[in-house]
Amino acid sequence: MGLLIAASGPVIPNFGGASDKCAVNNGFFCWNWFTQHWGSTFGPAVVQHIILTAIAVGIGFAIAFALALLAYRFDWMETPIAGISSFLYTIPSLALFQILVPFTGLTRLTVEIALVSYTLLLLFRNIVTGLREVPEEVRDAARGMGLTQRQILLRIDLPLAVPAIFAGLRVATVTTISLATVAAFVVDEGLGAPIFDAISRGNFKTEFVAAAALAILLAWVADLLLVALQRMVAPWAAKRRSSVVPRSVVRAIRGRRRPISAVRET
Amino acid sequence: MQTEDDTAQSSSPRQHARAAELEFKNVSKRYPGADKPALRDLSFKVPAGEICVLVGPSGCGKTTAMRMVNRMIDITEGDILLDGKSVRGRKPAELRREIGYVIQQIGLFPHLSIGDNIATVPRLLGWDRKRISARVDELLELISLPAETRDRYPAEVSGGQRQRVGVARALAADPPLMLMDEPFGAIDPITREHLQNEFLRLQEALRKTVVFVTHDIDEAIKMGDRIAIMREGGVLVQYDTPDRILADPADEFVARFVGLDRGLKRLALSKLSDLSLDDADSVRDGTPAHGQANPDRVVFVDGQSRPVGRLGRDREPEPIGPVGNPDTSLRDALSLIMSDDNRPLVVVDADGAVAGLARLDVIAGALASHNGRDAPAEARS
Ligand SMILES: Nc1ncnc2c1ncn2[C@@H]1O[C@H](COP(=O)(O)OP(=O)(O)OP(=O)(O)O)[C@@H](O)[C@H]1O
Ligand SMILES: [Mg+2]
Repeated sequence: MGLLIAASGPVIPNFGGASDKCAVNNGFFCWNWFTQHWGSTFGPAVVQHIILTAIAVGIGFAIAFALALLAYRFDWMETPIAGISSFLYTIPSLALFQILVPFTGLTRLTVEIALVSYTLLLLFRNIVTGLREVPEEVRDAARGMGLTQRQILLRIDLPLAVPAIFAGLRVATVTTISLATVAAFVVDEGLGAPIFDAISRGNFKTEFVAAAALAILLAWVADLLLVALQRMVAPWAAKRRSSVVPRSVVRAIRGRRRPISAVRET
Repeated sequence: MQTEDDTAQSSSPRQHARAAELEFKNVSKRYPGADKPALRDLSFKVPAGEICVLVGPSGCGKTTAMRMVNRMIDITEGDILLDGKSVRGRKPAELRREIGYVIQQIGLFPHLSIGDNIATVPRLLGWDRKRISARVDELLELISLPAETRDRYPAEVSGGQRQRVGVARALAADPPLMLMDEPFGAIDPITREHLQNEFLRLQEALRKTVVFVTHDIDEAIKMGDRIAIMREGGVLVQYDTPDRILADPADEFVARFVGLDRGLKRLALSKLSDLSLDDADSVRDGTPAHGQANPDRVVFVDGQSRPVGRLGRDREPEPIGPVGNPDTSLRDALSLIMSDDNRPLVVVDADGAVAGLARLDVIAGALASHNGRDAPAEARS
């Protein structure tokens, strides 16, 4: 189909204007070239990247949250939901684009469907685990003091699941930021766009390095912001003596790391 | 009930002595799928303001019995009456807010501060902010926790303090009945004893009706006004005062459960203040005391008549050893006497002045006189 990479013809090196010596020589990183193109290329790409990620994580979180509440309430639903989200998770992103493009075209929608699918498993798993790891005696005490089912969910279970939920959000966000570069296969948006542009110019290093560095920086900043947000939402978690996140959640996240990088490399 | 709480807001949040009578009437419990009942025809009555201890080996149904009171578990047969009214018709959540409940594992909410933990039930009952805040302060003081712990999280206080907070949380809305399931279970013996004493001191003031579960007979004897001894299969074997259970176990099971040292355990129930003491021959320190007839009775005292020494068996003065006070248990007194060559124990009063001497045979005599105290011991199933 009409994917960008297939459309690009033979590479004619074009390292961005004769005026910039560093760029013409394809230096590792030309600061001048970068600042000159911040307004036209990188700035907008960063903003688009943030929007792509925020929409994906936001929608993914909403869906995963609803599914997790269902699975928490009705045990039997967990296996099928986890099965489907695992399946979505294992589809390589390029293959998923190929499947979606005939239906949704070369649009942002295609990208978001793919990105959301990848967040589901991580978020769902973490929210469910977080809810299930609420110590039984805490829930029992709550019931014994006269909290209703609903009050227990809202005042006990969900607040106590916050560290696990944030652990999931952090991994999902960082993963999505990294995955969103692949969006440039479908739409000319995000930090993937300058990367493709750099390739099409014959591996123009400055543009390539700048885009990659910005993606990493973005992931790092997003992670920090989430940590800060968690501190605000669940200040108690930082004061717990031992594990802030229940061990099984850590295990769940670690277990998932490998397939993420596998997807990333496609 | 609710409206009563609301209108009571103007009055101070002090405990008004509210306690409810609790009655089990032929209560049975069969868990779904179990072939044997967990509780069989349980009947007993806890008078308002008393501590009833449920004690028995693991799996005999203590927790089951307790949790049926606040409808955490459904009653299969029979009924439980709280202040004469059946709990079966009550809405569980509402009923539970009226009953203080301390679960064995404490179960403090880790995401809420100590203060917010304590405020849980008052909030559910819709008390106003000021009243809740005042109540939290009052309870922190009651359980002798420093005021600054109010804003700490449960993970930031010690295990013993958490245990106290669990009790305070259950007391928060001043419930007429407290259910305490092994509240001092997982804790070192010294802290445990401290918490027990503290709770008894609290109870002296609060006079709640308390159902207290333990599998430790010593704790049962110490805490209980009455003890319900249960055995495997959820059968109540004996329901009586600690003294009666120790003096007259209903059957072989109870006798084995309370242990061969039940005589000594009974001694632990009485204090030196229950005993008539002998007079001591107080001699001002520094003056010769050789003329005295019985060296055991001689106590050298200082200007405030506090004991500083005794006359040894060899009639030579020696420094004073351990002394008893009115709160010393007869068991401890006996132990002190026997480790001091059976000499009478010097007992001091609250000011530390010599009050008298406790003799070995007087202590032994106290045990014997107890036996005849509550006469018809046979009239029991
Ligand atoms: N939810 C349940 N379903 C089925 N059987 C149960 C359930 N809870 C308890 N039982 C059974 O009922 C009996 C009494 O249990 P219970 O927990 O009341 O004992 P307990 O006296 O509190 O013991 P422990 O001292 O170990 O806490 C046991 O045989 C137990 O296996
Ligand atoms: Mg139990």
